[in-house]
Amino acid sequence: MTDQFEPTIIGFTCNWCSYRAADLAGTARMKYAPNVRLIRLMCSGRLDPTFVLRALSGGADGVMITGCHPGECHYIEQNYKALRRFLLLKRVLTGLGIEPERVKLVWASAAEGAKFAAETTAFVEEIRKLGPLCWGKDEDGRMKDDEDIGNSSIKIHPSSFEKEVPA
Amino acid sequence: MTEKIGVYVCHCGSNIAGVVDVEDVAKWAAEKLGHQGVVIARDYKFMCSSLGQELIEKDIKELGLTRVVVAACSPHLHEKTFRIAAQNAGLNPYLVELASIREQVSWVHTDKAVATAKSKAVVSGAVSRVIENAPLEEIKVPINPNTLVVGGGIAGIQSALEIANAGFHVYLVEREPSIGGHMAQFDKTFPTLDCSACILTPRMVEAGTHPNITLLTWSEVVNVAGYVGNFNVTIKKKARFVNEELCTGCGICQEKCPKKVIDDVYEAGLGYRKAVYTPFAQAVPNYPVMDKENCIYFEKGTCKACEKFCPTNAIDFNQQDQLLNVEVGNIILATGYDLFDARRVSNYGYGRLPNVFTSLEFERLSNAAGPTNGNIVLRDGKTMPKSVGIIHCVGSRDRNFNNYCSVICCMQGLKFAHLVHERTGATVYNFYIDMRTAYKAYDEFYQRVLEEGTLFVRGKVAEVTDAARYSNERGKLIVQTEDTLAGKQRRIPVDMVILSSGLQPRHDAKEVGKMFGISCSTDGWFTEKHPKLDPVATMTEGIYIVGCAQGPKDIPSSVAQGAAASARVLDKILQREVALEPIKATVNKEMCSGCRICNGLCPFNAIAFIADDNVSEINPALCQGCGTCVAACPAGAISGTGFSNEQINAQIDGLLMKNLEPVGA
Repeated sequence: MTDQFEPTIIGFTCNWCSYRAADLAGTARMKYAPNVRLIRLMCSGRLDPTFVLRALSGGADGVMITGCHPGECHYIEQNYKALRRFLLLKRVLTGLGIEPERVKLVWASAAEGAKFAAETTAFVEEIRKLGPLCWGKDEDGRMKDDEDIGNSSIKIHPSSFEKEVPA
Repeated sequence: MTEKIGVYVCHCGSNIAGVVDVEDVAKWAAEKLGHQGVVIARDYKFMCSSLGQELIEKDIKELGLTRVVVAACSPHLHEKTFRIAAQNAGLNPYLVELASIREQVSWVHTDKAVATAKSKAVVSGAVSRVIENAPLEEIKVPINPNTLVVGGGIAGIQSALEIANAGFHVYLVEREPSIGGHMAQFDKTFPTLDCSACILTPRMVEAGTHPNITLLTWSEVVNVAGYVGNFNVTIKKKARFVNEELCTGCGICQEKCPKKVIDDVYEAGLGYRKAVYTPFAQAVPNYPVMDKENCIYFEKGTCKACEKFCPTNAIDFNQQDQLLNVEVGNIILATGYDLFDARRVSNYGYGRLPNVFTSLEFERLSNAAGPTNGNIVLRDGKTMPKSVGIIHCVGSRDRNFNNYCSVICCMQGLKFAHLVHERTGATVYNFYIDMRTAYKAYDEFYQRVLEEGTLFVRGKVAEVTDAARYSNERGKLIVQTEDTLAGKQRRIPVDMVILSSGLQPRHDAKEVGKMFGISCSTDGWFTEKHPKLDPVATMTEGIYIVGCAQGPKDIPSSVAQGAAASARVLDKILQREVALEPIKATVNKEMCSGCRICNGLCPFNAIAFIADDNVSEINPALCQGCGTCVAACPAGAISGTGFSNEQINAQIDGLLMKNLEPVGA
């Protein structure tokens, strides 16, 4: 299985629920796909959609956004704002010609280590099926130098994109 | 590069080093991240040990490190440890970043090469991020010395008394008309067989009369605002329809009230109370409560017998629910448990077969102050049973209901066996899966019950039925069970069956948890900060959990936890102020366009619009640091300390290895 595509996933977690779910998955020694790399935020409401675009343009094949279940936000209701931004972001991605399935929203409470592990593994499989994003990577999955991108079949230039979106 | 970064990779014994090639990670960081400013990268057996910390401190001093990355466990475990180490060496503690390669790598992945590669990415992310970290100062806020204790069972009473005795004020809130909790319903307590009321009621009286305790019974917390040191709690004091100032607790109203109601709380449905009542004679406080649902006056508009006979005119039919506001610094939750509803195990026949009793019903039956004056009799109220079956693990250790062990049921079943034996001389069968008699003097009690002649059948009971197959089963309850020691199925006819039901989280535990900002485990018990080292604190600072609210436990453990939480609270009070994480949002007024998008996003009303300057402003005292406004500002005018755009973007790039030294450079 050496030629199997191994996607790179960036996962955004909430300090109060999903980050603790990831901790719990660890404490309970649950196994999940190693393709995900996590970033801790204080709340899913902190998630600026440009973080997701930066991750995708920087080489990630998928982005997982995780937060507290609706009604359980540590900051009362900020996960609803994450939900709104997520829905908008999916439309933006479609407009940019990127499969909106590359971004997934998962609610996971601090007690749901098993859910966190299962959802992560499932998402990696979904992205594996979609294939590489190649938005700044060559076919071997290596990062392309900026000069190379002009020859690429992908029209959007990530560096110009970064300029448009205030980071 | 102006920053000098030290990277420290922990082996955590074999916890990390068993799966991740830690030496390779450290070597790689030194080589590939050198251009980012990594000047030293080390691996060490236990970074959190004092030697590990000294290693970092020494490097900070000798190499002049300006940033530190520790690749080890979750920041929720040791972030503070390494921050303190940095501080000791003169480095601002917020210039330390933890990379979690234990919970997020070695414990969840198995392939060594993959795990090592992921560890490098995680370290790379942390290195990129730490460069953008800014030195921060903790925010100190004063602590309100008052404490709120929610729940007046034995755990809550213990907590309240400890703090009150130390000289600080406590608000003790109880939902029921009296404090005492489940313990007030019991007859005897295992393993010493002390009379429960005899050891509990003095404590109740002490709590009720203590000058430092404001007792609020028949009351519930309805809202919690604020944060550690400065909580603002709204308590609903339900209308008692009895003026507490005037009532002397003489009990005449209860005598004269013509309405009898089945008492399914205190008497577990086995006895009656009046519509105006105190749940039991030793209730604290001893003034009664009017049950509006059942009162004839509230139903039909006439009666008022209680009012006519009350010698102090304390009955007040116009009383309304009151909302009280209290300011407290810390909160202890002692909300207890619900008994597992034995009806759910329909094959044991509770609710259908009259002589099947729950544990709480049996407690009332055997209690000298209970509905039968302590006579253990069948549901007909007079026949003494000649044989009794006690079924353990009802609703516990059962995939269909609760997976967990309810801890107290084995000892409770043994206690019942002893009481039945002592009071009726009946033959007693205990049906158990495993006998769990841990803790001091518990197993000795088991031996004692064995010697008394109680019969023990090891196996799971399949069914309790009244369908007799043989003549000796007629008119009896038949316990159909496997006997795993004899290797046989058995049918044992008995007169009475007692279900040693397990404990469950309160039905509203989830909502209560949400109100106080704490979470529940998968089973529904409140989650403690650390299962071993911090069992009474929670992830939310200033909120503590004690007794069965945290998980099933017996009376000694509940009392110990009650006292432990009080010690934690007193520690906080005596420090006079508490340091808060400096994670706050601020508006750069130069960049703010006054669009007011952020204004409506803050659930804490921390953002105000200054019309004169046409800019928004954030009140740092109200800001909780969620960062939603930071993400929303279209002008990028709001920045959030600790989680700035620069930090997160750098971490994204780092995790994607965009920060590596270019080949050939």
